[in-house]
Amino acid sequence: MKHSFIDQYSGLDSLIHRLDPRTKFITSLAFIVAVVLTPASNWRVFAFYFCLIAVLLVISKLPPLYVLKRSLVIFPFVLMIAIFIPFFKQGEVAGSYNIWLWQVSVTYSGLLILANVVVKAWLCILSLILLSSATKLADLLKGLKQLGVPRVIILILSFMYRYVFVLVDEVMRMRQARDSRNFGGNRLYQLRTIGNMVGTLFIRSYERGERVYVAMLSRGFDGEVRTLHKLSFRQVDAYFSTTFCLILILPGIVWW
Amino acid sequence: MVAQEIMDKAVDIEGLSFTYPDGHQGLKNIDLVVYRGEAVAVIGPNGAGKSTLLLHLNGILRGNSVVKVFGLPVEEKNLKEIRRKVGLIFQDPEDQLFSLTVFDDVAFGPINMGYSEPEVKQRVTQALEWVGMNGYEQRSPHHLSIGEKKRIAIATVLSLNPELLVLDEPTSNLDPRSKWSLFELLRQLPVTKIVAAHDLELVRALCQRTVVMDEGKIVAGGSTESILSDVPLLRAHGLAPCLD
Repeated sequence: MKHSFIDQYSGLDSLIHRLDPRTKFITSLAFIVAVVLTPASNWRVFAFYFCLIAVLLVISKLPPLYVLKRSLVIFPFVLMIAIFIPFFKQGEVAGSYNIWLWQVSVTYSGLLILANVVVKAWLCILSLILLSSATKLADLLKGLKQLGVPRVIILILSFMYRYVFVLVDEVMRMRQARDSRNFGGNRLYQLRTIGNMVGTLFIRSYERGERVYVAMLSRGFDGEVRTLHKLSFRQVDAYFSTTFCLILILPGIVWW
Repeated sequence: MVAQEIMDKAVDIEGLSFTYPDGHQGLKNIDLVVYRGEAVAVIGPNGAGKSTLLLHLNGILRGNSVVKVFGLPVEEKNLKEIRRKVGLIFQDPEDQLFSLTVFDDVAFGPINMGYSEPEVKQRVTQALEWVGMNGYEQRSPHHLSIGEKKRIAIATVLSLNPELLVLDEPTSNLDPRSKWSLFELLRQLPVTKIVAAHDLELVRALCQRTVVMDEGKIVAGGSTESILSDVPLLRAHGLAPCLD
Protein backbone atom coordinates (compact mmCIF):
# COMPACT_ATOMS: atom_id res chain seq x y z
CA MET A 1 0.00 0.00 0.00
CA LYS A 2 1.12 3.55 -0.68
CA HIS A 3 1.30 6.19 2.00
CA SER A 4 2.22 9.81 2.08
CA PHE A 5 5.39 10.36 4.00
CA ILE A 6 6.87 13.30 5.76
CA ASP A 7 9.74 13.93 3.38
CA GLN A 8 7.48 13.70 0.35
CA TYR A 9 8.97 16.79 -1.34
CA SER A 10 12.56 16.22 -0.25
CA GLY A 11 13.45 15.20 -3.79
CA LEU A 12 12.88 18.71 -5.16
CA ASP A 13 15.88 20.84 -5.97
CA SER A 14 16.25 24.29 -4.48
CA LEU A 15 18.70 26.37 -2.49
CA ILE A 16 17.04 25.13 0.70
CA HIS A 17 17.19 21.50 -0.39
CA ARG A 18 20.88 21.77 -1.16
CA LEU A 19 21.86 23.17 2.23
CA ASP A 20 23.59 20.92 4.71
CA PRO A 21 21.02 19.30 7.03
CA ARG A 22 22.92 20.64 10.02
CA THR A 23 22.60 24.20 8.73
CA LYS A 24 18.89 23.72 8.32
CA PHE A 25 18.47 22.14 11.71
CA ILE A 26 20.38 24.83 13.58
CA THR A 27 18.74 27.72 11.76
CA SER A 28 15.29 26.19 12.36
CA LEU A 29 16.13 25.92 16.03
CA ALA A 30 17.32 29.54 16.06
CA PHE A 31 14.10 30.62 14.36
CA ILE A 32 11.96 28.82 16.92
CA VAL A 33 13.91 30.31 19.81
CA ALA A 34 13.56 33.79 18.30
CA VAL A 35 9.81 33.35 17.80
CA VAL A 36 9.26 32.03 21.30
CA LEU A 37 11.29 34.83 22.90
CA THR A 38 9.41 37.61 21.08
CA PRO A 39 7.16 39.52 23.54
CA ALA A 40 3.46 38.86 23.09
CA SER A 41 2.35 42.27 21.83
CA ASN A 42 5.01 42.73 19.17
CA TRP A 43 2.83 42.00 16.16
CA ARG A 44 5.19 43.70 13.77
CA VAL A 45 7.90 41.22 14.69
CA PHE A 46 5.59 38.28 14.13
CA ALA A 47 4.60 39.69 10.75
CA PHE A 48 8.27 40.10 9.93
CA TYR A 49 9.06 36.51 10.91
CA PHE A 50 6.10 35.30 8.92
CA CYS A 51 7.42 37.12 5.84
CA LEU A 52 10.82 35.56 6.43
CA ILE A 53 9.50 32.02 6.61
CA ALA A 54 7.15 32.68 3.66
CA VAL A 55 10.09 33.81 1.52
CA LEU A 56 12.03 30.67 2.46
CA LEU A 57 9.01 28.50 1.66
CA VAL A 58 8.76 30.14 -1.76
CA ILE A 59 12.48 29.57 -2.38
CA SER A 60 12.09 25.92 -1.38
CA LYS A 61 9.42 25.40 -4.10
CA LEU A 62 7.17 23.44 -1.73
CA PRO A 63 3.52 23.53 -2.88
CA PRO A 64 1.86 26.26 -0.73
CA LEU A 65 -1.36 24.29 -0.31
CA TYR A 66 0.57 21.31 1.01
CA VAL A 67 2.39 23.46 3.54
CA LEU A 68 -0.86 25.09 4.65
CA LYS A 69 -2.62 21.76 5.09
CA ARG A 70 0.24 20.28 7.04
CA SER A 71 0.44 23.33 9.27
CA LEU A 72 -3.27 23.09 10.16
CA VAL A 73 -2.74 19.67 11.68
CA ILE A 74 -1.31 21.13 14.88
CA PHE A 75 -4.24 23.47 15.63
CA PRO A 76 -6.36 20.94 17.48
CA PHE A 77 -3.46 20.27 19.83
CA VAL A 78 -2.65 23.93 20.40
CA LEU A 79 -6.30 24.82 20.91
CA MET A 80 -6.87 21.95 23.29
CA ILE A 81 -4.14 23.30 25.53
CA ALA A 82 -4.69 27.01 25.09
CA ILE A 83 -8.46 27.39 24.66
CA PHE A 84 -9.09 27.86 28.39
CA ILE A 85 -6.53 30.62 28.89
CA PRO A 86 -8.96 33.49 28.07
CA PHE A 87 -11.34 32.21 30.74
CA PHE A 88 -8.80 31.99 33.53
CA LYS A 89 -6.58 34.98 32.94
CA GLN A 90 -7.33 37.96 35.23
CA GLY A 91 -7.81 41.36 33.65
CA GLU A 92 -10.21 43.60 31.80
CA VAL A 93 -13.31 41.61 30.89
CA ALA A 94 -14.09 41.36 27.20
CA GLY A 95 -17.32 39.46 27.53
CA SER A 96 -19.31 37.74 30.19
CA TYR A 97 -21.67 34.87 29.61
CA ASN A 98 -24.10 32.96 31.74
CA ILE A 99 -24.03 29.28 31.01
CA TRP A 100 -26.62 27.51 33.16
CA LEU A 101 -25.31 27.91 36.70
CA TRP A 102 -21.93 29.41 35.91
CA GLN A 103 -20.90 32.82 34.95
CA VAL A 104 -17.99 32.74 32.53
CA SER A 105 -15.97 35.74 31.52
CA VAL A 106 -13.32 36.24 28.91
CA THR A 107 -10.54 38.76 29.38
CA TYR A 108 -8.61 40.80 26.84
CA SER A 109 -5.25 39.78 28.18
CA GLY A 110 -6.36 36.15 28.07
CA LEU A 111 -7.39 36.50 24.44
CA LEU A 112 -4.06 38.13 23.66
CA ILE A 113 -2.20 35.20 25.16
CA LEU A 114 -4.33 32.75 23.21
CA ALA A 115 -3.70 34.57 19.93
CA ASN A 116 -0.04 34.75 20.83
CA VAL A 117 0.20 31.02 21.52
CA VAL A 118 -1.55 30.19 18.26
CA VAL A 119 0.63 32.52 16.19
CA LYS A 120 3.84 31.31 17.77
CA ALA A 121 2.88 27.68 17.35
CA TRP A 122 1.97 28.28 13.74
CA LEU A 123 5.24 30.05 12.92
CA CYS A 124 7.22 27.30 14.61
CA ILE A 125 5.36 24.56 12.79
CA LEU A 126 5.91 26.34 9.47
CA SER A 127 9.64 26.33 10.06
CA LEU A 128 9.56 22.66 11.04
CA ILE A 129 7.56 21.79 7.92
CA LEU A 130 10.16 23.61 5.88
CA LEU A 131 12.92 21.69 7.64
CA SER A 132 11.31 18.27 7.36
CA SER A 133 9.97 18.69 3.84
CA ALA A 134 13.13 20.06 2.30
CA THR A 135 15.46 17.50 3.84
CA LYS A 136 15.58 13.75 3.33
CA LEU A 137 14.98 12.16 6.70
CA ALA A 138 18.05 9.98 6.26
CA ASP A 139 20.18 13.11 5.75
CA LEU A 140 18.55 14.91 8.64
CA LEU A 141 19.34 12.01 10.96
CA LYS A 142 22.88 11.89 9.68
CA GLY A 143 23.18 15.60 10.42
CA LEU A 144 21.74 15.16 13.89
CA LYS A 145 24.24 12.42 14.58
CA GLN A 146 27.13 14.62 13.59
CA LEU A 147 25.72 17.31 15.85
CA GLY A 148 26.18 14.88 18.72
CA VAL A 149 22.71 13.41 19.19
CA PRO A 150 23.17 9.95 20.81
CA ARG A 151 23.29 7.07 18.36
CA VAL A 152 20.56 5.14 20.11
CA ILE A 153 18.12 7.96 19.51
CA ILE A 154 19.13 8.22 15.85
CA LEU A 155 18.66 4.48 15.50
CA ILE A 156 15.24 4.59 17.15
CA LEU A 157 14.13 7.46 14.93
CA SER A 158 15.32 5.74 11.78
CA PHE A 159 13.65 2.45 12.69
CA MET A 160 10.49 4.34 13.55
CA TYR A 161 10.42 6.03 10.18
CA ARG A 162 11.30 2.82 8.37
CA TYR A 163 8.67 0.65 10.04
CA VAL A 164 5.79 3.02 10.67
CA PHE A 165 4.47 2.27 7.18
CA VAL A 166 4.86 -1.45 7.65
CA LEU A 167 2.83 -1.11 10.85
CA VAL A 168 0.18 1.03 9.17
CA ASP A 169 -0.14 -1.64 6.51
CA GLU A 170 -0.53 -4.25 9.19
CA VAL A 171 -3.23 -2.23 10.94
CA MET A 172 -5.07 -1.74 7.66
CA ARG A 173 -4.97 -5.46 6.94
CA MET A 174 -6.24 -6.22 10.42
CA ARG A 175 -9.05 -3.71 9.98
CA GLN A 176 -10.03 -5.25 6.67
CA ALA A 177 -10.06 -8.68 8.25
CA ARG A 178 -12.19 -7.37 11.10
CA ASP A 179 -14.63 -5.61 8.79
CA SER A 180 -14.97 -8.62 6.52
CA ARG A 181 -16.16 -10.57 9.52
CA ASN A 182 -18.91 -8.05 10.08
CA PHE A 183 -17.61 -6.10 13.01
CA GLY A 184 -20.61 -4.84 14.88
CA GLY A 185 -22.30 -5.41 18.21
CA ASN A 186 -22.37 -3.06 21.12
CA ARG A 187 -19.80 -0.48 22.13
CA LEU A 188 -18.22 -2.61 24.80
CA TYR A 189 -17.70 -5.46 22.39
CA GLN A 190 -16.14 -3.11 19.84
CA LEU A 191 -13.78 -1.80 22.46
CA ARG A 192 -12.67 -5.31 23.26
CA THR A 193 -11.97 -6.07 19.63
CA ILE A 194 -9.89 -2.93 19.31
CA GLY A 195 -8.01 -3.89 22.44
CA ASN A 196 -7.23 -7.27 20.95
CA MET A 197 -6.02 -5.61 17.76
CA VAL A 198 -3.68 -3.34 19.69
CA GLY A 199 -2.32 -6.35 21.57
CA THR A 200 -1.81 -8.32 18.38
CA LEU A 201 -0.07 -5.37 16.79
CA PHE A 202 2.26 -5.13 19.76
CA ILE A 203 3.17 -8.82 19.59
CA ARG A 204 3.70 -8.68 15.85
CA SER A 205 5.92 -5.62 16.15
CA TYR A 206 7.88 -7.26 18.92
CA GLU A 207 8.43 -10.36 16.80
CA ARG A 208 9.37 -8.24 13.83
CA GLY A 209 11.87 -6.44 16.01
CA GLU A 210 13.49 -9.76 16.83
CA ARG A 211 13.62 -10.79 13.18
CA VAL A 212 15.17 -7.45 12.20
CA TYR A 213 17.76 -7.89 14.93
CA VAL A 214 18.61 -11.34 13.60
CA ALA A 215 18.96 -9.87 10.12
CA MET A 216 21.33 -7.24 11.53
CA LEU A 217 23.38 -9.86 13.38
CA SER A 218 23.66 -11.88 10.19
CA ARG A 219 25.41 -8.99 8.54
CA GLY A 220 27.97 -8.56 11.26
CA PHE A 221 26.17 -6.14 13.60
CA ASP A 222 27.81 -6.20 17.02
CA GLY A 223 26.00 -3.41 18.82
CA GLU A 224 28.18 -0.67 17.38
CA VAL A 225 26.43 1.64 14.92
CA ARG A 226 28.73 2.64 12.10
CA THR A 227 28.08 4.86 9.12
CA LEU A 228 30.03 6.55 6.41
CA HIS A 229 30.46 10.29 6.85
CA LYS A 230 29.34 12.10 3.82
CA LEU A 231 28.05 15.50 4.93
CA SER A 232 30.13 18.58 4.47
CA PHE A 233 29.55 22.26 5.13
CA ARG A 234 30.01 24.39 2.07
CA GLN A 235 30.40 28.10 1.69
CA VAL A 236 26.75 28.54 0.90
CA ASP A 237 25.92 27.01 4.30
CA ALA A 238 28.03 29.59 6.07
CA TYR A 239 26.47 32.45 4.08
CA PHE A 240 22.97 31.19 4.63
CA SER A 241 23.25 30.64 8.36
CA THR A 242 24.96 33.99 8.97
CA THR A 243 22.44 35.92 6.88
CA PHE A 244 19.54 34.07 8.45
CA CYS A 245 20.65 34.74 12.02
CA LEU A 246 21.27 38.41 11.23
CA ILE A 247 17.77 38.71 9.81
CA LEU A 248 16.42 36.99 12.92
CA ILE A 249 17.84 39.62 15.26
CA LEU A 250 17.04 42.51 12.92
CA PRO A 251 13.60 43.29 14.48
CA GLY A 252 15.21 43.41 17.90
CA ILE A 253 17.63 46.08 16.72
CA VAL A 254 15.17 48.12 14.65
CA TRP A 255 12.15 48.19 16.95
CA TRP A 256 13.68 48.40 20.40
CA MET B 1 44.11 -34.85 0.89
CA VAL B 2 42.24 -34.70 4.16
CA ALA B 3 42.63 -30.93 4.35
CA GLN B 4 41.41 -30.70 0.78
CA GLU B 5 38.29 -32.62 1.68
CA ILE B 6 37.54 -30.37 4.64
CA MET B 7 37.95 -27.32 2.45
CA ASP B 8 35.52 -28.70 -0.07
CA LYS B 9 32.80 -29.04 2.50
CA ALA B 10 30.86 -25.80 2.61
CA VAL B 11 28.69 -27.05 5.44
CA ASP B 12 29.31 -29.98 7.72
CA ILE B 13 26.66 -30.82 10.31
CA GLU B 14 26.74 -33.95 12.40
CA GLY B 15 24.11 -34.98 14.92
CA LEU B 16 22.70 -31.50 15.45
CA SER B 17 19.73 -31.14 17.79
CA PHE B 18 18.17 -27.93 18.98
CA THR B 19 15.54 -27.25 21.60
CA TYR B 20 13.75 -23.90 21.81
CA PRO B 21 13.59 -22.20 25.22
CA ASP B 22 9.90 -23.17 25.45
CA GLY B 23 10.86 -26.86 25.27
CA HIS B 24 9.81 -27.38 21.68
CA GLN B 25 12.40 -29.47 19.90
CA GLY B 26 13.14 -27.70 16.63
CA LEU B 27 15.83 -30.01 15.28
CA LYS B 28 16.49 -33.68 15.99
CA ASN B 29 19.80 -35.28 15.11
CA ILE B 30 20.46 -33.56 11.80
CA ASP B 31 23.30 -34.75 9.57
CA LEU B 32 23.99 -32.68 6.51
CA VAL B 33 26.99 -32.09 4.30
CA VAL B 34 26.94 -29.54 1.52
CA TYR B 35 29.89 -29.31 -0.84
CA ARG B 36 31.33 -26.18 -2.34
CA GLY B 37 29.52 -25.11 -5.48
CA GLU B 38 26.40 -27.17 -4.81
CA ALA B 39 22.85 -25.84 -4.77
CA VAL B 40 20.86 -27.78 -2.19
CA ALA B 41 17.16 -27.44 -1.50
CA VAL B 42 15.62 -28.05 1.90
CA ILE B 43 11.95 -28.81 1.51
CA GLY B 44 9.32 -29.75 4.02
CA PRO B 45 5.96 -28.67 5.41
CA ASN B 46 5.47 -25.62 7.62
CA GLY B 47 7.07 -26.06 11.00
CA ALA B 48 9.42 -28.79 9.79
CA GLY B 49 12.44 -26.89 11.14
CA LYS B 50 13.82 -25.53 7.88
CA SER B 51 14.27 -21.97 9.11
CA THR B 52 15.64 -23.21 12.43
CA LEU B 53 18.27 -25.19 10.54
CA LEU B 54 19.20 -22.19 8.40
CA LEU B 55 19.70 -20.02 11.48
CA HIS B 56 22.36 -22.47 12.67
CA LEU B 57 24.45 -21.87 9.59
CA ASN B 58 25.70 -18.48 10.75
CA GLY B 59 25.50 -18.99 14.46
CA ILE B 60 22.31 -17.08 15.23
CA LEU B 61 21.12 -20.27 16.92
CA ARG B 62 23.48 -22.82 18.33
CA GLY B 63 22.48 -26.36 19.17
CA ASN B 64 24.20 -29.25 20.90
CA SER B 65 26.85 -30.03 18.34
CA VAL B 66 29.24 -27.96 16.33
CA VAL B 67 28.32 -26.90 12.84
CA LYS B 68 31.29 -26.40 10.56
CA VAL B 69 31.15 -23.87 7.77
CA PHE B 70 34.06 -23.97 5.31
CA GLY B 71 35.99 -25.90 7.91
CA LEU B 72 35.42 -23.24 10.58
CA PRO B 73 33.47 -24.35 13.64
CA VAL B 74 30.58 -21.96 14.34
CA GLU B 75 31.82 -20.53 17.64
CA GLU B 76 31.93 -17.11 19.21
CA LYS B 77 35.44 -16.36 17.99
CA ASN B 78 34.67 -17.27 14.39
CA LEU B 79 31.30 -15.54 14.16
CA LYS B 80 32.46 -12.45 12.31
CA GLU B 81 34.32 -14.45 9.70
CA ILE B 82 31.43 -16.86 9.32
CA ARG B 83 28.85 -14.10 8.96
CA ARG B 84 30.95 -12.61 6.20
CA LYS B 85 31.13 -15.94 4.39
CA VAL B 86 27.50 -16.95 4.91
CA GLY B 87 24.87 -14.65 3.45
CA LEU B 88 21.48 -15.29 5.02
CA ILE B 89 18.47 -13.94 3.15
CA PHE B 90 15.25 -13.90 5.11
CA GLN B 91 11.78 -14.65 3.90
CA ASP B 92 10.33 -11.20 4.51
CA PRO B 93 12.46 -8.49 2.90
CA GLU B 94 10.87 -5.97 5.28
CA ASP B 95 12.95 -7.62 8.01
CA GLN B 96 16.11 -7.50 6.00
CA LEU B 97 15.82 -3.93 4.79
CA PHE B 98 15.83 -1.80 7.92
CA SER B 99 17.61 1.33 6.77
CA LEU B 100 16.18 4.51 5.35
CA THR B 101 17.94 4.20 2.01
CA VAL B 102 18.91 1.29 -0.19
CA PHE B 103 22.52 2.43 -0.05
CA ASP B 104 22.63 2.29 3.75
CA ASP B 105 21.11 -1.17 3.72
CA VAL B 106 23.50 -2.64 1.19
CA ALA B 107 26.43 -0.89 2.88
CA PHE B 108 25.45 -2.13 6.36
CA GLY B 109 27.37 -5.41 6.16
CA PRO B 110 30.57 -4.00 4.61
CA ILE B 111 30.62 -1.11 7.11
CA ASN B 112 30.25 -3.56 10.00
CA MET B 113 33.13 -5.56 8.61
CA GLY B 114 35.25 -2.44 8.83
CA TYR B 115 36.00 -1.90 5.15
CA SER B 116 37.25 1.50 4.05
CA GLU B 117 34.86 4.03 2.57
CA PRO B 118 35.92 3.63 -1.09
CA GLU B 119 35.74 -0.14 -0.75
CA VAL B 120 32.26 0.02 0.82
CA LYS B 121 31.04 2.20 -2.03
CA GLN B 122 32.58 -0.05 -4.61
CA ARG B 123 30.99 -3.13 -3.01
CA VAL B 124 27.56 -1.48 -2.89
CA THR B 125 27.76 -0.54 -6.56
CA GLN B 126 28.93 -4.03 -7.46
CA ALA B 127 26.19 -5.75 -5.43
CA LEU B 128 23.46 -3.57 -6.88
CA GLU B 129 24.79 -4.26 -10.34
CA TRP B 130 24.64 -8.03 -9.72
CA VAL B 131 20.96 -7.82 -8.85
CA GLY B 132 20.22 -5.32 -11.62
CA MET B 133 19.22 -2.50 -9.29
CA ASN B 134 21.74 0.23 -10.15
CA GLY B 135 20.42 3.70 -9.57
CA TYR B 136 18.28 2.72 -6.57
CA GLU B 137 20.90 3.83 -4.01
CA GLN B 138 18.98 6.78 -2.62
CA ARG B 139 15.49 5.22 -2.75
CA SER B 140 13.70 4.24 0.45
CA PRO B 141 13.02 0.51 0.81
CA HIS B 142 9.37 1.05 1.70
CA HIS B 143 8.64 2.53 -1.70
CA LEU B 144 9.82 -0.50 -3.64
CA SER B 145 7.77 -3.38 -4.98
CA ILE B 146 8.12 -6.79 -3.35
CA GLY B 147 10.22 -8.09 -6.26
CA GLU B 148 12.53 -5.09 -5.98
CA LYS B 149 12.75 -5.52 -2.21
CA LYS B 150 13.78 -9.15 -2.70
CA ARG B 151 16.55 -8.13 -5.07
CA ILE B 152 17.82 -5.45 -2.73
CA ALA B 153 17.69 -7.97 0.13
CA ILE B 154 19.94 -10.24 -1.89
CA ALA B 155 22.25 -7.31 -2.67
CA THR B 156 22.57 -6.61 1.07
CA VAL B 157 24.34 -9.94 1.51
CA LEU B 158 26.13 -10.00 -1.85
CA SER B 159 27.96 -6.84 -0.82
CA LEU B 160 29.89 -9.05 1.60
CA ASN B 161 30.97 -11.42 -1.20
CA PRO B 162 29.59 -14.46 0.63
CA GLU B 163 30.76 -17.92 -0.34
CA LEU B 164 27.54 -19.54 0.81
CA LEU B 165 24.12 -18.06 0.11
CA VAL B 166 21.33 -19.25 2.37
CA LEU B 167 17.82 -18.36 1.26
CA ASP B 168 14.61 -18.82 3.21
CA GLU B 169 11.61 -19.05 0.89
CA PRO B 170 13.10 -16.76 -1.77
CA THR B 171 10.04 -16.76 -3.99
CA SER B 172 7.24 -16.36 -1.43
CA ASN B 173 4.76 -13.62 -2.42
CA LEU B 174 6.36 -13.14 -5.83
CA ASP B 175 4.38 -13.20 -9.05
CA PRO B 176 5.62 -15.63 -11.72
CA ARG B 177 7.53 -12.99 -13.66
CA SER B 178 9.44 -11.72 -10.61
CA LYS B 179 9.93 -15.29 -9.51
CA TRP B 180 11.60 -16.43 -12.71
CA SER B 181 13.71 -13.32 -13.00
CA LEU B 182 14.86 -13.93 -9.41
CA PHE B 183 15.57 -17.55 -10.36
CA GLU B 184 17.69 -16.38 -13.28
CA LEU B 185 19.62 -14.10 -10.94
CA LEU B 186 20.22 -16.87 -8.39
CA ARG B 187 21.23 -19.36 -11.04
CA GLN B 188 23.96 -17.07 -12.31
CA LEU B 189 25.52 -16.41 -8.92
CA PRO B 190 28.59 -18.62 -8.71
CA VAL B 191 28.34 -19.48 -5.01
CA THR B 192 27.19 -22.41 -2.93
CA LYS B 193 23.46 -22.16 -2.23
CA ILE B 194 21.13 -23.63 0.34
CA VAL B 195 17.49 -22.87 -0.33
CA ALA B 196 14.57 -23.60 1.96
CA ALA B 197 11.43 -23.60 -0.13
CA HIS B 198 7.91 -24.82 -0.68
CA ASP B 199 8.12 -23.87 -4.27
CA LEU B 200 8.96 -27.19 -5.92
CA GLU B 201 9.06 -25.59 -9.37
CA LEU B 202 11.92 -23.41 -8.20
CA VAL B 203 13.64 -26.32 -6.46
CA ARG B 204 13.53 -28.38 -9.61
CA ALA B 205 15.00 -25.57 -11.68
CA LEU B 206 17.66 -24.36 -9.27
CA CYS B 207 18.94 -27.23 -7.13
CA GLN B 208 20.69 -30.46 -8.02
CA ARG B 209 20.19 -31.99 -4.61
CA THR B 210 17.23 -31.93 -2.22
CA VAL B 211 16.72 -32.94 1.38
CA VAL B 212 13.28 -33.39 2.87
CA MET B 213 12.64 -32.31 6.46
CA ASP B 214 9.67 -33.04 8.65
CA GLU B 215 9.18 -32.58 12.39
CA GLY B 216 12.76 -31.45 12.90
CA LYS B 217 14.34 -34.43 11.18
CA ILE B 218 15.84 -35.05 7.78
CA VAL B 219 13.63 -37.79 6.40
CA ALA B 220 15.05 -38.15 2.90
CA GLY B 221 17.77 -36.83 0.67
CA GLY B 222 19.05 -37.33 -2.83
CA SER B 223 19.06 -35.86 -6.28
CA THR B 224 16.26 -33.39 -6.84
CA GLU B 225 14.97 -35.48 -9.72
CA SER B 226 14.63 -38.64 -7.64
CA ILE B 227 13.06 -36.85 -4.65
CA LEU B 228 10.55 -34.86 -6.64
CA SER B 229 9.44 -37.89 -8.62
CA ASP B 230 8.88 -39.90 -5.44
CA VAL B 231 5.23 -38.92 -5.08
CA PRO B 232 4.46 -41.18 -2.09
CA LEU B 233 7.33 -39.54 -0.18
CA LEU B 234 6.10 -36.06 -1.05
CA ARG B 235 2.56 -36.99 -0.05
CA ALA B 236 3.68 -38.43 3.26
CA HIS B 237 5.21 -35.08 4.17
CA GLY B 238 2.52 -32.80 2.89
CA LEU B 239 4.40 -31.66 -0.21
CA ALA B 240 2.08 -33.10 -2.84
CA PRO B 241 -1.72 -33.25 -2.93
CA CYS B 242 -3.26 -36.49 -1.67
CA LEU B 243 -5.68 -37.05 -4.54
CA ASP B 244 -7.12 -40.41 -5.36
